Amino acid sequence: MNEVRRLQPQFPTLARQRDADHFGMLIFLSTEVLIFGGIFAALFVLRAQHSAEYARSSTQMHYWLGGINTAVLLTSSAVVALMVEAVKAGAARLAKWLILGAIALGLAFVAIKFTEYALEYRDGVVPLLSPAHLHAGPDTLFMDLYFVATGLHALHVFGGLTLLGSLIWPFGRARRDTSAVFAGNAALYWHLVDVIWIFLYPTLYLAR
Amino acid sequence: MTEALSHMNPRMSQEAIPNTMEERRSYLAEGHSLKSWLTTTDHKRIAILYLLSITFFFACGGVAAALIRLELLTPAPDLLTNDGYNRAFSLHGIIMVWFFLIPSIPTVFGNFLLPLMIGAKDLAFPRLNLASWYIFMIGGLATLATVVLGGVDTGWTFYTPFSSTYSNGAVFMAITAVFISGFSSILTGINFIVTVHKLRCPGMTWGRLPLFVWAHYATAIIFVLATPVLTVTLVLVALERVVGIGIFDPKLGGDPLLFQHLFWFYSHPAVYIMVLPAMGVVSELITNAAHKQIFGYWFVAGSAIAIAVIGFMVWGHHMFVSGQSPYASAIFSFLSIVVAVPSAIKVYNWTATLHKGDIVIDGPLLYALGFIGLFTVGGLTGLMLTMLPIDVHVTDTYFVVAHFHFIMVGGSVSAFFGALHFWWPKITGRLYNDLWARISAMLIFLGFVATFGPQFVLGYEGMPRRYHIYPAVFQPLNVMSSVGALVLAVGYLFPVLYLLRSLRYGKPAGPNPWGATGLEWTTPSPPPKDNFETVPVVDKQAYCYPVGGRDEQSRPRTQKAKAGE
Repeated sequence: MNEVRRLQPQFPTLARQRDADHFGMLIFLSTEVLIFGGIFAALFVLRAQHSAEYARSSTQMHYWLGGINTAVLLTSSAVVALMVEAVKAGAARLAKWLILGAIALGLAFVAIKFTEYALEYRDGVVPLLSPAHLHAGPDTLFMDLYFVATGLHALHVFGGLTLLGSLIWPFGRARRDTSAVFAGNAALYWHLVDVIWIFLYPTLYLAR
Repeated sequence: MTEALSHMNPRMSQEAIPNTMEERRSYLAEGHSLKSWLTTTDHKRIAILYLLSITFFFACGGVAAALIRLELLTPAPDLLTNDGYNRAFSLHGIIMVWFFLIPSIPTVFGNFLLPLMIGAKDLAFPRLNLASWYIFMIGGLATLATVVLGGVDTGWTFYTPFSSTYSNGAVFMAITAVFISGFSSILTGINFIVTVHKLRCPGMTWGRLPLFVWAHYATAIIFVLATPVLTVTLVLVALERVVGIGIFDPKLGGDPLLFQHLFWFYSHPAVYIMVLPAMGVVSELITNAAHKQIFGYWFVAGSAIAIAVIGFMVWGHHMFVSGQSPYASAIFSFLSIVVAVPSAIKVYNWTATLHKGDIVIDGPLLYALGFIGLFTVGGLTGLMLTMLPIDVHVTDTYFVVAHFHFIMVGGSVSAFFGALHFWWPKITGRLYNDLWARISAMLIFLGFVATFGPQFVLGYEGMPRRYHIYPAVFQPLNVMSSVGALVLAVGYLFPVLYLLRSLRYGKPAGPNPWGATGLEWTTPSPPPKDNFETVPVVDKQAYCYPVGGRDEQSRPRTQKAKAGE
């Protein structure tokens, strides 16, 4: 597919179209930040009003698993950044391996996350499902918000994995995407998923 | 006098104006099948899809309003039960806010005109644009499903803990509907911002953008930054209602006020989503009516951005009686006074633009003047409401109802009709009967004042909103209001008739029936699919009207057209 055919009629040049795609993605990410902003606001209000219970609940978190997950996600972000450079350089083979690496790390994140959920289920601190050791009131609310926040984040991880996956299959965009428009935007999205986690981790795990 | 009664706009040529440009197929002729409309990515066709759908929702919300006004004719509950009345005003609010006012001007006229005004072929993301219409329609159908499921009785504000715990209406469905429509707003906002940044034609600098574009740029910023907060708030309410997580329930450690903070963090800026595009429309209508450069271009443009920015910092004025900190209330009161400044700048600048202008009193101008008058009353009573002592006195009374209807209905809906009349020839290629337009503009103005003027008095005397049983002493003013609503309804229906009639019997409009200066008037009416024959090149500021008065032809803003003179 040559470059001219990929130019949509409303854009004067391909460079302008690339800029627009990139810019649109950035604005979209700002909306994602605000979606999580509402949940962060709820968490901060809970912490301000019930700080003792908030800190107690935070100690129930498996912070070492969360810490490993932070490392996993940060590494995947680095791999994705390398992937964009590889796509730009036309190294499709390398890009493919890097994408597979990033996807593997993303799946590892999800696996660890769900291990954590399972541990919390065993500990009896999951509202509704196994609330054996859960205090009523703010403690339960903390766990509720924890599941809402990390659950929504996990949905975004799946979204990011789908975007990364579509770079190699079924469309194989990475090979043709010499200006890294789609790869760059998928990477941006993946970085956002990463950044949100970087804020979620201390807010939920380290507030002890 | 003859001019006043003429059915022709004196600025229009009496003869049908031939399309001097090369005849090309208009966007309307690009396919007549239903499929060609439902799969189109042409911003003009999507605007038509939006126009039809929001007209439908306006009618739905109008039926609910008619029920409310009929019920309020007498102090007794004659027509509706208590529950029925709650459902009627909730439905009215939800439909009118999210399925008419918020999408109205941006998705119809913004969609149609933004690319035309900046000399582009389309919006930056045409498929996203079509997707936003589908998402909007799914949200709208979910709202109608709410009615089938028995309606919702929370009011459009979904205040917790009533909505999350106690309400027996179809709250989940209503929340889902609004949640879905939010994504439509977000996509439209992204599209507008990127389009204004990346698709301006050569020479169309930021300082030459029409004020309509500035207003929509500011609106798009609010779409993008406010709507997600509503999205997550509604998710939390839904979780609370379905699973009972307790985030807004004090029994479980939650905070019901948090809902109000999050909700108004969206919904106060959303008020500016409704009024900023209307202000953009009025800037265009006023400059054209005066045939003059706008007074203080940068002040009008900058005040749109200022409203968008300051509008994010005033949400607490909806919560003066909620028990929030009195210091917070004082600061929100101050900031709410500050946000009135850019609005006032606009009103003064429109007035100054009309001063010594070559004014032709036509339909679009009357709508614009109606906007200015009603918006000023709504804005000044808004300033009264920012004052803590007055607000405490009139909170949740008809005074507040009258205030926001003056802004949203008197302001935004008047501007919507003004825009419809001003750009109707561009959209359809036909001229309508201007005498009828002037009559309906006056009917809408008078009907509106008769409907909502008495409500200021009612509210000040203490009639609370959202009650349908009231002391008999309030009946005369309520009857006035209901009769006014009838006039208003006639005023809204009348344009539908003569505008539809113009499609068959109206004269062809020609490219520029008003002698206006915008780029949209340099292309045939209705425009061809790609809008412009060649990429326009702009070498003038917006609103460079000729100084010689109405007899002198204004010059279109492109070098190409200039070369052809």
